[in-house]
Amino acid sequence: MNKQKLAKYFGFKLVRFIILIIAVAIFSFVLLDLSPIDPVNAYLKGAAVSEAQRQILEQYFGTNVPLPTKIYHWILNLIQGNLGTSLIYRAPVVDVIYQKFSASVVLMALSWIFSGVIGFALGILAGKNKGSWIDKVVKVYCYAIQSAPSFWVGMLILMVFSVYLGWFPIGFGVPIGVKSTDATFMEWATRLVLPTLTLSLVGLAPIAMYTRNELVQVLSSDYVLFAKSRGEKGWDLVKNHGIRNILLPAVTLQFLSFSELFGGAVMVEQVFSYPGIGQTAVAAGLQNDVPLFLGIVVISAIFVFVGNLLADISYYLIDPRIKESEFND
Amino acid sequence: MIRKKTDDKKQWFLYSANLRTKTLVIIVLSSLVIISIFVSGYFIRDIPSSFVNANQMPSLEHLFGTDWMGRDMFQRTIAGLGLSLMVGFIASAVSTCISIIFGLFSSFNKFADEFVAGIIDLFGSIPHILLIIIVSIMFGGGVYGVIMGVGLTHWTPLARVLRSEVKEIRTKEYIHLAHNLGKSKMWIALKHILPLIVSQIIVGVILMFPHAIMHEAAITFLGFGLPPHEPAIGVILSESMHYLSSGYWWLAFYPGISLLIVVLLFDLIGENVEKLLNPETAQE
Repeated sequence: MNKQKLAKYFGFKLVRFIILIIAVAIFSFVLLDLSPIDPVNAYLKGAAVSEAQRQILEQYFGTNVPLPTKIYHWILNLIQGNLGTSLIYRAPVVDVIYQKFSASVVLMALSWIFSGVIGFALGILAGKNKGSWIDKVVKVYCYAIQSAPSFWVGMLILMVFSVYLGWFPIGFGVPIGVKSTDATFMEWATRLVLPTLTLSLVGLAPIAMYTRNELVQVLSSDYVLFAKSRGEKGWDLVKNHGIRNILLPAVTLQFLSFSELFGGAVMVEQVFSYPGIGQTAVAAGLQNDVPLFLGIVVISAIFVFVGNLLADISYYLIDPRIKESEFND
Repeated sequence: MIRKKTDDKKQWFLYSANLRTKTLVIIVLSSLVIISIFVSGYFIRDIPSSFVNANQMPSLEHLFGTDWMGRDMFQRTIAGLGLSLMVGFIASAVSTCISIIFGLFSSFNKFADEFVAGIIDLFGSIPHILLIIIVSIMFGGGVYGVIMGVGLTHWTPLARVLRSEVKEIRTKEYIHLAHNLGKSKMWIALKHILPLIVSQIIVGVILMFPHAIMHEAAITFLGFGLPPHEPAIGVILSESMHYLSSGYWWLAFYPGISLLIVVLLFDLIGENVEKLLNPETAQE
């Protein structure tokens, strides 16, 4: 692979990334600035203060500073990695996000892998037996789960496994009264199971449908007919012609689902009260914690961008035709 | 690809009908269900509460059971769905207008096209649920915030489709001809491009609906927007969260499944309308 071209490719991506993040930062900042949230009131939470103190606070938060100056300072601080102080946690936003995001990453990574593997397997199974009851079950399941709100699926799972069967605790990242750093691995793990299960069950539908449809198409193609006439059949046929053709685009598709994964995590964390980034985002939004919310928006944009970048790279690695066309422009 | 004669056709069990009749029947039936939900949701006001009948299991008298105030959950669910449909309707209208404007705007010149692509990218780069939260916060929350939050963020898929369509149409001969004849870009966009993308718009709107409804439920579930006494589906579900550990499963199960059915009906309508409008499949 040509190193210079590769450097050019990543340079291009980097410039795009910087522009996009700055655009996201300015966009979300302007939106929240236009909102009726008053930072002084959000900070005070209704506490009574004298007029003089209020003025000091107004000066401190810079409520009267014109918008372009505010944006300029926000971008400047963002570049230096300073996202301000969270109003609900009273801690630097970067620290809060780091702590919460690492909890969420475990959840999202596990469900990403499970939904990918199980979805792909179900898709292959359904596509191979097109028209059979397996195919129908998978299809109905996918349609239903794609139309079901993910938080409702989470609630059903919570009802079945925690309330009726009593196998798992109802929520919280660690047991009550235990510091999150002191919790044992098993305590963490048992509380991860249900959110992961929910996110996986929800996330496997698109990938299963995609795999199924692609496999059906591959199996009805001429080269598979030829392979059949050569005597290939059954599982070998699917493995040699189906999986090899479908696996990598499916991986790409799975990388592109980072945005939905994040959205799903927000809902599921809320249902299972899992102390991750999604729950923090909701808390920040409900309690008008603007710095924390802006920080989460920027982080989530980076997260989604990384997903798209990985999808691009995987595409680039898979398909030689794209390699050609990308650099001939 | 050769279209095989599969058993798909045998599934129509009542009588043999062609695709057009089938899809029309499906569309009409689903629309009837949705309209009846909407209308009855509109008329349900002040559901009587009776603490004697609190937390009852589903029965013939109370199809979906009753909640902690003894209110009939079936009525609440229908009212909630009606509200969701209304929010979904307004939001889709807003979103459609935005995507049509952006789609047509992208026909003006290369710069406009790039601009539209950039905005679509910007909206796509933030997870959807966070975007809705930001916009609804910007509009100060409440019902208005929810409608705007859902409405201003659902236009991206349709706008993307329209933009690519417009890109193709722009290269056509008659557009150049009209341009050379001195017609303004606005005129070309409205008279020569818009009529060609109408079918895409119709399908896009119907398929936008279920997303809008689901996101409305999600956002009210999270606690943004509607006050707790409004019978929105999201509010009902978030309320039922408190009763999960008491084993009152019907409080969560039935409203959720009703929402699922409504969303499925919209998907069904959308897919069938698309089949009818798409010249490749309409004649089967």
